[in-house]
Amino acid sequence: MDDAERERAFQARIDAGETIEPGDWMPDAYRGQLIRMMSQHAHSEVVGTLPEGNWITRAPTLRRKQALLAKVQDEAGHGLYLYGAVETLGVTREELISSLLAGRAKYSNIFNYPTLSWADVGVIGWLVDGAAIVNQTTLTKCSYGPYSRTMIRICKEELFHERQGFELVAVLAAGTPAQREMAQSAVDRWWWPVLMMFGPPDDASPHSEQLLRWRVKVKSNDELRQWFVDLAVPQVHEIGLEVPDPGLEFDAKTGHWRTGTIDWDEFWRVIRGGGLCNRDRLAARRRAHEEGRWVREAAEAWAKKRPQ
Amino acid sequence: MSPPTADSQWPLWEVFVQEKAGAPHEHAGSVHAPDGELALQAARDVYARRGPIASLWVVESERIVATTTADAASFLEPGPEKLYRHSRFYSGPKARKSK
Repeated sequence: MDDAERERAFQARIDAGETIEPGDWMPDAYRGQLIRMMSQHAHSEVVGTLPEGNWITRAPTLRRKQALLAKVQDEAGHGLYLYGAVETLGVTREELISSLLAGRAKYSNIFNYPTLSWADVGVIGWLVDGAAIVNQTTLTKCSYGPYSRTMIRICKEELFHERQGFELVAVLAAGTPAQREMAQSAVDRWWWPVLMMFGPPDDASPHSEQLLRWRVKVKSNDELRQWFVDLAVPQVHEIGLEVPDPGLEFDAKTGHWRTGTIDWDEFWRVIRGGGLCNRDRLAARRRAHEEGRWVREAAEAWAKKRPQ
Repeated sequence: MSPPTADSQWPLWEVFVQEKAGAPHEHAGSVHAPDGELALQAARDVYARRGPIASLWVVESERIVATTTADAASFLEPGPEKLYRHSRFYSGPKARKSK
């Protein structure tokens, strides 16, 4: 079989709804796109612990602190699930971590925004994780077995993140005027960056078509964004807050909420390093990696000492 | 700061989780660890944060021998001609069928 035939057979498997497993033949570009997407996803989970980790010591009650600790631990765990899944494609953990620490790897842009208030912690759980769930739910049906299985596992846990976040913001929204204002301000600051999490619009997303054909992506960026907007807008209204979009309209004919124009210039500026926290996040990761070195060394020394 | 490339990459271990006693162990994912004991601890932290979990197995990934999808067609060919391996090949007592 030559590569063209192999590729046809590969596409036929995908079209038939089959799952591709690590030992199977796959086009180099398929492998490359998966490594790119899955490693970005893994890095996002790990970097995503930082904006929330900031608030663990300042959580207002023990109940909230427990929830936040558990959530942050989950995110680190999700990073590990995903690193494990990417490794099945032939990259090593070392390569993945060192490209993150060297600043060569991308992670979700959303984590380059700062968490300025306690309400931000809630909005991250509710809207940021809510948006991630929308994306990840479709990815449970992606063609690569290890990625799909990882997504199933992650989605189960993300639901708790989303719920605790919604509850946190709802409590603030029903609180004192200052608490309410804090909640609204968090929604105002996060709303647009959250919509950008789904990536550039379909007509500016050159790889999308191929990724959809390979079922590496299951729905297009704009489809996912619309799905999220339709879920989120009624939730914002339910707790008496406003969506910071004067152009927002309900289209009764289609049943969809239509948003105003997204500022894609901001998206590209932040991706290229112009966000408020890009440098901070990397510095924190590097510091954590160095400060954890003694743990790795101790584990290794311990393993060497023990008879196997 | 110099890029921390000097870290060693520990062996990979596959993790199998049993959700309740008597149920089969199912593959959950993998962890890196220098030995089995630390692999179990890492597996507990990563794959058993929410119960109930009755037991965990870890096994070094390189010890696993597996088929590939390409092999499977011939290697695991179920032998459709071997109908005599199935109960429906035989006529059983009628009394049981009515159940």
